[in-house]
Amino acid sequence: MKTLSTLTITPAGATLNGTLLAEAGITGLYRRFVGDYPKFFKMDHLCKLGLLGAELLLKDFTPEEKERGAVVIFNRSGSLDADRHYQSTLAADNYFPSPALFVYTLANIVTGEIAIRHKIYGETSFYIMDARDDTAMQCILDSTLLTSDPSFILTGWIEYAGEDDYIADMKIMIQE
Amino acid sequence: MDNTQIYKLSDNIISPLGMTAGDNLAAVLAGQSRLCLHHGLYDLPEDFCGSVLQREEVDGLFAAECGSGDYTFFERLCILSAARAIRQGGVDPTRRDVLFVLSSTKGNVACLADDPMDERCYIAGSAMRVAQFFGNPNEPIVASNACISGVCAQIAAVRQLLAGRYRTAVVTGCDTLSRFIISGFQSFKALSTSPCRPYDRDRTGLNLGEAAGTIILRTGGEADVDAGLWQFRACSIHNDANHISGPSRTGEGSYRVLRDILDRVPAGQLACVCTHGTATAYNDEMESIALHRAGLDTVPVCGLKGYYGHTLGAAGIVETIISMAALEQGVIPATRGYRAQGTTYALNLSDAVRRTDRLGFIKILSGFGGSNAGIAYVKGGRA
Repeated sequence: MKTLSTLTITPAGATLNGTLLAEAGITGLYRRFVGDYPKFFKMDHLCKLGLLGAELLLKDFTPEEKERGAVVIFNRSGSLDADRHYQSTLAADNYFPSPALFVYTLANIVTGEIAIRHKIYGETSFYIMDARDDTAMQCILDSTLLTSDPSFILTGWIEYAGEDDYIADMKIMIQE
Repeated sequence: MDNTQIYKLSDNIISPLGMTAGDNLAAVLAGQSRLCLHHGLYDLPEDFCGSVLQREEVDGLFAAECGSGDYTFFERLCILSAARAIRQGGVDPTRRDVLFVLSSTKGNVACLADDPMDERCYIAGSAMRVAQFFGNPNEPIVASNACISGVCAQIAAVRQLLAGRYRTAVVTGCDTLSRFIISGFQSFKALSTSPCRPYDRDRTGLNLGEAAGTIILRTGGEADVDAGLWQFRACSIHNDANHISGPSRTGEGSYRVLRDILDRVPAGQLACVCTHGTATAYNDEMESIALHRAGLDTVPVCGLKGYYGHTLGAAGIVETIISMAALEQGVIPATRGYRAQGTTYALNLSDAVRRTDRLGFIKILSGFGGSNAGIAYVKGGRA
């Protein structure tokens, strides 16, 4: 497989193919590069990061190409940030579980949010690793092609640990 | 790769219905279930109907077969189930060509209640502890794709075997119930307070259940086909691109999964499609549309949630194993809880066990995130 383009989002901003696009936080990047998708504000941080990355990486793809695309995301913590948030609503003396929070306690929701935004009907997969291992991630991506034929794979490592500590390191790969 | 066959070597199910795949099949064919109403469990303010494991029983078996060690209940279940399948298959788990794959939606999430920073909540850590229990030297793969995880984990294993990277894959699926998980489904108003009724006119929602299942897959050649083993035939994963918590009204992702699989497995080989069949209004309706669009209206359908509830990360594995075990006996399990057509398109459902002489099936699942997955197995040689 070959890499078409790369994108990294950290608290320092967004970098596309090695060029700094913007020095802004998550909301700042949304306002600058998306702006018309109010659902964004309901999402957890994992989904926001994935959605921003997809927005910047998929802008040159046609609807036909996107329909046959795949989204494969990796991280260490799954949806733990959203899990902790939801857990805080379950105290005996302050019990108010809500579906709007609970739905984000599934790691793969980020792949679904990206698929919905871009009308991607191909494979969406989420894998959790004990530590980032680019070789193991590439093995999984390569083996994906053994039983499917996507027009591209939007992939990456997305981890949110706090407003000063997050990364979406994403790329678009295509078959050679 | 062309001559590589992937077949099922051995399996196990740990559930409230039994501690082996055989025990589970016997209970399913006898129409049994441990679904019942739980009052005050996990200190939940609302009752729920679920299928809950007896912890003392699991702990007793674990102590007898796996010894001691600082493992959570979730990890003990994974280890016990894998250990039983490994023993049955005669697998040496310390070999470098053995891969462990874990399917779980929430792992040790129950630990968050006592400590929001509890390190045990990292699911890959659990997968490592399970693999290391067996002395396995490889990094396990963890598939976490909500309700479809159990099929995704099998697919991840199949791909690694096809790539020739490993010879054997130990694929375990497990989730346990907790205040976290039950409260979430209750907040969605998705749970029925009585045993669920997949596809039935009067269905009122799903039940949740606990289980662990392990399926061990191995690469082989033509000789294994002749030996009459269950072979992997096809798989597919598609997104609905529609909604994160509701299925597509056109069954788009599920339909595309079925279409991909039918390209490789003729419908005439299928004894049945073992569906997701959660007994929510939307899921079952969606599946009826997808099956209709795929031209599978007449193929027998069976749903197993009436026996186990929805076992989340275990569902895809437990339900695959039950499908195999039933077809080996020449029968399709009854869809427990189903009585009368409750979907737009009529499906070939039955509340009775049916005979079949076919030895192929598709297992499909759909879930949150708009995800859909399917896998097909066919039994080689003579039954």
